[in-house]
Amino acid sequence: MCETCGCGDPEIVPVEVQERILSDNDAQAAHNRHHFGDLAVLAINLMGSPGAGKTAVLEATARAAGGRLRLRAVSGDLATDRDADRLNAAGIRSTTITTGSACHLDARLVHHALHHAPCSDCDVFFIENVGNLVCPAIYDLGQAANVVALSVTEGEDKPLKYPVMFQKADLVLLTKVDLIPHLDFDVDAVEDALSRVMPDAKLLKVSAKTGEGIDAWLEWLEVRRPARRLDAKSLDHHGHHDHSLEHGHEHSHEHN
Amino acid sequence: MHEYSIVGSLIDRVQQEAVLHGSTRVHRLHVKIGELAGVELDLLKTAFDTFRERTICEGAELAIDSVAAVWACPSCDRAIARGAVLRCDTCGRPARMIHGDEIILERIEMEAPDV
Ligand SMILES: Nc1nc2c(ncn2[C@@H]2O[C@H](COP(=O)(O)OP(=O)(O)OP(=O)(O)O)[C@@H](O)[C@H]2O)c(=O)[nH]1
Ligand SMILES: [Mg+2]
Ligand SMILES: [Zn+2]
Ligand SMILES: [Zn+2]
Ligand SMILES: [Zn+2]
Ligand SMILES: [Zn+2]
Ligand SMILES: [Zn+2]
Repeated sequence: MCETCGCGDPEIVPVEVQERILSDNDAQAAHNRHHFGDLAVLAINLMGSPGAGKTAVLEATARAAGGRLRLRAVSGDLATDRDADRLNAAGIRSTTITTGSACHLDARLVHHALHHAPCSDCDVFFIENVGNLVCPAIYDLGQAANVVALSVTEGEDKPLKYPVMFQKADLVLLTKVDLIPHLDFDVDAVEDALSRVMPDAKLLKVSAKTGEGIDAWLEWLEVRRPARRLDAKSLDHHGHHDHSLEHGHEHSHEHN
Repeated sequence: MHEYSIVGSLIDRVQQEAVLHGSTRVHRLHVKIGELAGVELDLLKTAFDTFRERTICEGAELAIDSVAAVWACPSCDRAIARGAVLRCDTCGRPARMIHGDEIILERIEMEAPDV
């Protein structure tokens, strides 16, 4: 009997579900993680506000990496290919994931991009998320680590105002530190704010402009890179594992 | 505005359950949303009101159970005060979230002749 809306309907029953609403995305993310594992590639979900310096950090990373790490990237962009073009010019093979009006990447979009930009010969696969300090953190993409770019021009209180993203971060890159002498930016204050929202807070200070801190960031990546596998599998799709999982992705759709 | 995509997933899930139970009408959904889930409750309600039209959820109510964030030490279980540094004073270990990031469909109240 319906006791909630008072309609008196005798056939109203409660059906227990107790499941994450984004369980489809979770399953797709697990599938992506499996691919990254097979490919022995470190997948990094790079997030941050619009203009925080995500693309610039990746450009500087490519300049500094030399032969140390082989890099690939996909960039989530509402409408343009500008970031992917910049990254290609910097030497990171990149493609764009056009999100249209979506404020974040989801695991399905990343999966599709992964199949069109295979990374069987790379060490690190960067996923530059859409510039947004809230939404991207909610969607697991199958990454090994979340990295948040926070620029010194955004202010020290951003971690307290946007705790969700910082709480999920494995590392915060404090970007554009070359500008600190021109600003009233207090690094101690941002470290304090982070320690209240991020359980094992880690902050690296970097400047894409001067290259400061980029070596420490490369080291952070190298430590996490999975061992290269002799049997690293290609992403030739329907071979190596069961794609029963939502893999109606037969490439019958149009690409342009 | 990922609240819209969350509502899309929610309604799809409810539709599946309705089919499973031979139901054609849903009265109420109970969802649990953590304080640190990154979901704005007002936006979620607005999105639900917009998207439920002409779906199995048409006319259904969205009941939201919001959950405060709670952190504790993984070693000694000591609770971390709100707004405090997320590290145990005693053990020095990083705190662990006990609740607060849930985005869960708990229960659906539906007209279901064959449950
Ligand atoms: N001074 C200085 N400026 C920087 C640095 N890094 C980025 N910028 C500037 O910040 C602006 C934004 O940088 P992007 O790399 O495009 O930022 P983004 O986070 O990729 O931006 P979206 O992808 O559009 O969200 C550009 O004008 C850069 O020149 C830096 O290290 N120092
Ligand atoms: Mg960019
Ligand atoms: Zn009722
Ligand atoms: Zn796949
Ligand atoms: Zn395709
Ligand atoms: Zn959003
Ligand atoms: Zn403790």
